[in-house]
Amino acid sequence: MAQAANGTLYRGREGMWSWVAHRISGVLLFLFLFAHVLDTALVRVSPDAYNEVMEAYKNPIVGLGEAGLVAAVIFHALNGLRIIAVDFWDKGPKYQRQLFWAVVIGFVVLFAPFAIRHLTIVFTH
Amino acid sequence: MSATTETNYHAGPDAVSKKKSRYRRVSKGRGNFELWSWVFMRASGVLLLVLVFGHLFVNLMLGEGIHGIDFAFVAGKWSSPFWQTWDMLMLWLAELHGFNGVRTIINDYTEKDRTRWILKGLLVASALVVMVLGTLVIFTFDPCLDPSSTLSVCAR
Repeated sequence: MAQAANGTLYRGREGMWSWVAHRISGVLLFLFLFAHVLDTALVRVSPDAYNEVMEAYKNPIVGLGEAGLVAAVIFHALNGLRIIAVDFWDKGPKYQRQLFWAVVIGFVVLFAPFAIRHLTIVFTH
Repeated sequence: MSATTETNYHAGPDAVSKKKSRYRRVSKGRGNFELWSWVFMRASGVLLLVLVFGHLFVNLMLGEGIHGIDFAFVAGKWSSPFWQTWDMLMLWLAELHGFNGVRTIINDYTEKDRTRWILKGLLVASALVVMVLGTLVIFTFDPCLDPSSTLSVCAR
């Protein structure tokens, strides 16, 4: 781990934690994509093989996992836009903390309607 | 001000660092690879934002949501070149974007060369499996595999 002579280089607050969350959500999405391509490949085996696995996914535990997955996508996408703003907008670095809170607000606005819609389906079927 | 400091200052800022720092800005023959990977992360990120949000909206918000996903749903989408192209682009960009992100993470946290090369080997292998298998599945898929299909392309 990178360290300065006196303690850690990590500086905390919005800048560091958004970076940590970006890495964790990114790795999660990468691992999911691997599983997602493998299970979707079952359409090439037979309709029954695919339908059987899709049926197995239709339960509250996987449903909550799907909500977490969409949460990871939304955060990673919005924070990615924040990173682009920090890199390309001349005032981006100065306002990186405010941009982080804009990401949080955007996250709530996009995730809340999805969570209501998705979890209603998951828990009423 | 000592004479030494002044001499170094007049020789330009590089004179100090080149003498005292062990850091060397020397190319290892990789050209601008890291610059282009940085550009790619931003460009693919913006495209993926559209592709992935569109994918999630059509598959999870419209119709019956996630409950409606079965073989017939996939057959309906992949009988259209529009969704085949959409999904292929999304697959390639997402896998390469994720590949590059995980590559950065491996470079950041591995300390031994051996560990780094083993992890990168696994990374390359998994990315190849995902891109080759995914592309083959999208384009060799037969939407009429299900005998009870009601798709118009399957009418005989």
